[in-house]
Amino acid sequence: MHPAATAAHSNMHHSETVYELTHVGKTYGKDVVALENVSIALHKGSFSSVIGSSGCGKSTLLKIMAGLIPPSKGRVVLQGKPVLGPRVDIGMMFQQATLFPWRTTIENIVLPIEIRDGRTAAENARSRARELIELVGLKGFEEAYPSQLSGGMAQRASICRMLITDPAVLLLDEPFSAVDELTRDFMNMELQRICLDRNATAFLVTHSISEAVILSDVVYIMAPRPGRVAEVVEIDLPRPRHLDMITTPQFSEIVHHIRARLDEEAGR
Amino acid sequence: MSERNSTDMPLEDTVWTQKVSWIDKVPSSVGMAMVLGAFLFLWWSLSTSGLVPSIILPTPMETLDDLIFVTQNVLRGDYIASSLWTTTRTIFFGYLLAIVIGFGLGVLVGETGFGERSVMPLLVGLDTMPKVAFAPLFVAWLGFGIASKVALATFIATFPIVVGTAAGLHSADENARMLFKSMGASRWQTLWKMKLPTGLPQIFTGLKIGAVGVMAGAITGEFIGGGKGVGELIRLAATQLDTPRVFSLIIYLSVIGMLLYALVVWAQRWIVFWKKEQVLANP
Repeated sequence: MHPAATAAHSNMHHSETVYELTHVGKTYGKDVVALENVSIALHKGSFSSVIGSSGCGKSTLLKIMAGLIPPSKGRVVLQGKPVLGPRVDIGMMFQQATLFPWRTTIENIVLPIEIRDGRTAAENARSRARELIELVGLKGFEEAYPSQLSGGMAQRASICRMLITDPAVLLLDEPFSAVDELTRDFMNMELQRICLDRNATAFLVTHSISEAVILSDVVYIMAPRPGRVAEVVEIDLPRPRHLDMITTPQFSEIVHHIRARLDEEAGR
Repeated sequence: MSERNSTDMPLEDTVWTQKVSWIDKVPSSVGMAMVLGAFLFLWWSLSTSGLVPSIILPTPMETLDDLIFVTQNVLRGDYIASSLWTTTRTIFFGYLLAIVIGFGLGVLVGETGFGERSVMPLLVGLDTMPKVAFAPLFVAWLGFGIASKVALATFIATFPIVVGTAAGLHSADENARMLFKSMGASRWQTLWKMKLPTGLPQIFTGLKIGAVGVMAGAITGEFIGGGKGVGELIRLAATQLDTPRVFSLIIYLSVIGMLLYALVVWAQRWIVFWKKEQVLANP
């Protein structure tokens, strides 16, 4: 095994497990196995990614973790309590920013509070929203409507909306795949900064190997038919990560290893 | 020369302007006046050519004369004014009822599986019927007063509002649905805070089609069921071959129609402020 890609969790046991999936499986209908025997443990303050070709069950896994669909088998436990539906301690972010055009930036950000606790609570959450807006670098756009924001700015706002409820885990579904590549690299570094700042536990679904490696402590390689975890790769690069790490031999060796593993799985 | 330019002389700006064809530069007021003028000229030449008897097609001048007479009558508050008022009330109540019923049914059909599977087929069946054929029934049920006309106007205007509302509720994308689900939003919250605002542009399209339908319904109701409205005046004028009167009354009706349509467009601009550019692009 690769020196940088050692077995998972070897130096992770010092922090508590926030989210744990044990032998999770999902079968659609009678015999379409979307997910088989997936076990994942997310540690406090860690960043994990799942990577795999389309059809490997990534989005099924994420939906199960978000409590949007039930698993067919296995245990899904967040903060010691089983996930039996959508929960307020889960934050989600999607490919599209999904800001609502009739709400200003700050109104979009406090929406989860408004849904959960009503309008008064949402009004009271505005000061916290302003802090988050400052954290993501959107200061001055509180009262702007989504049509006035660029793609990257809209995703910053959706990061705020995800963080406003102070969730225990962040589920990121290819969050920057709809923005251009330069913005994407930059936003990934911003995401790292925000996650480190808040000691957030994050779980990212992505198609990009280099994105997974630059951001993650652990990368789960998934394989299709049936969807399963083929390998768990631990990334030993120091934090904070920088974009120029991409050119280091260590980085490219990890990328090469993951690429080879994905090719191997695809060819089976 | 070019060498000197590139070395010691400051380079000149290459500012240029894009050419816009003159037809795209005509101010809208001038353009509209031109189109209207051309239309009036065509009308005038056809009606004075002797090809069409003036009893069938009056000249623009005869129509203008009658329009002035009608306007004087309206300003005095005479019988034409009260007819216009009757028709306006019919349109108002018909439209209001159509909005309430159409929106309610639209939410039922667009939001619930029961509505979509059980109510919608019946509505589609009703919608495909020639609704004007129901007019004599409405007269038989509701009499010769305003109620039978309101009923027909409502009947015609309801369906586009139902379809617009139901389609609007279906237009929310998967991401927005997942987001609301992940936030633990209730069905009511999802409907009220996400699906309805998302669907407003389509709901307004339904309202605009309904606004046209309510006019047609009110006038048809007055043709068939008599009463005191403008429809009855048009029918009388036509039987007396008073074509200039028919034209002036139609012009007044079109003013009411345009006002109603403008009201809906204005409401859409105000309510759906985030989608301004599409307001007039819709039918």
